[in-house]
Amino acid sequence: MSDTHTTEPVLKIEGLSIAYEPGRYAVKDVSATVRRNSITAIMGPSGCGKSTLLRAMNRMHELYPNIETKGDILLDGQSIFSMSVIELRRKVGMVFQRPNPFPNMTIYENVVAGYSLNDIRLKKNQRDEIVENALRNVTLWDEVKEFLFRKGTFLSGGQQQRLCVARAIAFNPEVLLLDEPTSALDPIATSKIEDLLGELKQKYTLVLVTHNMSQAARISDDSMFMYLGELVESGRTETLFTTPKDPRTEAYLTGKFG
Amino acid sequence: MDNLLINNISRRNRTNARLKYIIIAGAVITVVPIFLIVGNLALKGYRQINMAFFTEPAPDTFQAMMATSSGEVIPGGIANGLIGSLLMVLVASLVSIPLGLMTGVYLYENGTKRYANFIRSLTEILQGVPSIILGIIAYLWIVKNITRGYSALAGSTALTIMMLPLIIRSTEETMKMIPVTIREAAFALGTPYYKMVIKVLIPVSFSGLATGVLLALSRILGETAPLMLTALGSPSVSLDLTNPVSAVPLLIWDFYNDPNMVNLVWSASLFLMVFVLSMNLLSRSIASKHKYI
Ligand SMILES: Nc1ncnc2c1ncn2[C@@H]1O[C@H](COP(=O)(O)OP(=O)(O)OP(=O)(O)O)[C@@H](O)[C@H]1O
Ligand SMILES: [Mg+2]
Repeated sequence: MSDTHTTEPVLKIEGLSIAYEPGRYAVKDVSATVRRNSITAIMGPSGCGKSTLLRAMNRMHELYPNIETKGDILLDGQSIFSMSVIELRRKVGMVFQRPNPFPNMTIYENVVAGYSLNDIRLKKNQRDEIVENALRNVTLWDEVKEFLFRKGTFLSGGQQQRLCVARAIAFNPEVLLLDEPTSALDPIATSKIEDLLGELKQKYTLVLVTHNMSQAARISDDSMFMYLGELVESGRTETLFTTPKDPRTEAYLTGKFG
Repeated sequence: MDNLLINNISRRNRTNARLKYIIIAGAVITVVPIFLIVGNLALKGYRQINMAFFTEPAPDTFQAMMATSSGEVIPGGIANGLIGSLLMVLVASLVSIPLGLMTGVYLYENGTKRYANFIRSLTEILQGVPSIILGIIAYLWIVKNITRGYSALAGSTALTIMMLPLIIRSTEETMKMIPVTIREAAFALGTPYYKMVIKVLIPVSFSGLATGVLLALSRILGETAPLMLTALGSPSVSLDLTNPVSAVPLLIWDFYNDPNMVNLVWSASLFLMVFVLSMNLLSRSIASKHKYI
């Protein structure tokens, strides 16, 4: 697919503002688009609203009690706020900063947790297939196929994180949201996850929050730079890194703050 | 330099060794009384423990006197107490376990709200109320007004009120140990709240919850005072909730008050002690087998 080929964006964020407490906005009037089968990196200094923006994309931000949301997010042209949460989260999966496999479940059960927790019944062979596919997709199959029925928490941190990605893609989502997925991992595990993300964008659209600018430069196609809740600049990663338009972006990229 | 290092290490080793002995001594001091108690009860009570001990109700004082004077084992057993205890504990558990778990989860979820704080304080106060007072309350509510006489139901009520705060506290404390990220993982998969509670929170914290429940059970199994005012005691085996029933600790008290039955005090106490100890051990083994957090 050539770079000039434009498709309809998967996600379209329109004038999104989010406040945890009345009047204190963590995300201010953000508008942006996320292209299909790409990796979009969200960058910015600590507390600038990256996680809040990311979590809004599958309405995980609504877990906080007094949250106030303005604006809209469209998934394939449909407002996510008009969908049921379960439908939305099936289409938009999430991976967290710390690997969080369910400690009471085996590796196998963790992968199909999305189905079992929602009482979606599957035949045994369907389940087996989903588990094998998901684990192969995250390059974990060969490492764990011998002990699928051991608890997921026995795995190393990097393996656990790949298990969590498998759990998210077992639902076959369109979009995968990742909030600093490698910040709790060592360099080798990190590079495995980065390779994995490169593979996954063939099938899914990835949105990645990262503190690590070189990671963003290495693996993302598009970048968003946020500062104090505002989206300062967004566009192709190459362009944003080489010729930033906003002085704040440039200051961040050259390490003046963050 | 080298000398200093070696000096230092050998001093540390000596301190280590000393601390080890102190810890071992401490452990022995705590364990010895338990062995002494069980050993003592076993020596004095083992003769009475046979099949009839579990299957027959307590003897009357005349039977006991005849047996004791001819040097035989006292006939009969503690079946009326055993069944009564199990009946009341079962009913108390059926109410207090689900209610306690739900309240514990509620407190954990709404930790800072006013209403939750109010319930939490109530729970703490309830936990400190002497059990005889709970007996009096159950007497006023149930014996006076509902069953119009001493009854198993009244006993269960007193036991329920005793179990509730224990289960609520342990549930809340256990839930607090579950990392938020585990809940988020479930929500991110679209799991509705109540399924998250049933399929994630409760299984993940199973060991803590089970420990809390079993400890509450072993607490109330030995309760005597509140049962005197409610279940009263009964010479025969009964499963009727509206009638008086006996209980193992009530029987121990009866035996104690009858000079002819003193031998049964030892065997019934031995049984109660072993039962409660096994509950504790069971809770430990469950706790370690299902420990996820
Ligand atoms: N639960 C919350 N309640 C109140 N305010 C919050 C809450 N979570 C975040 N905030 C505030 O919202 C703002 C944005 O937070 P957010 O977590 O989105 O930042 P972030 O860019 O992800 O930071 P980091 O890089 O440190 O993860 C911050 O000012 C933060 O203090
Ligand atoms: Mg964050």
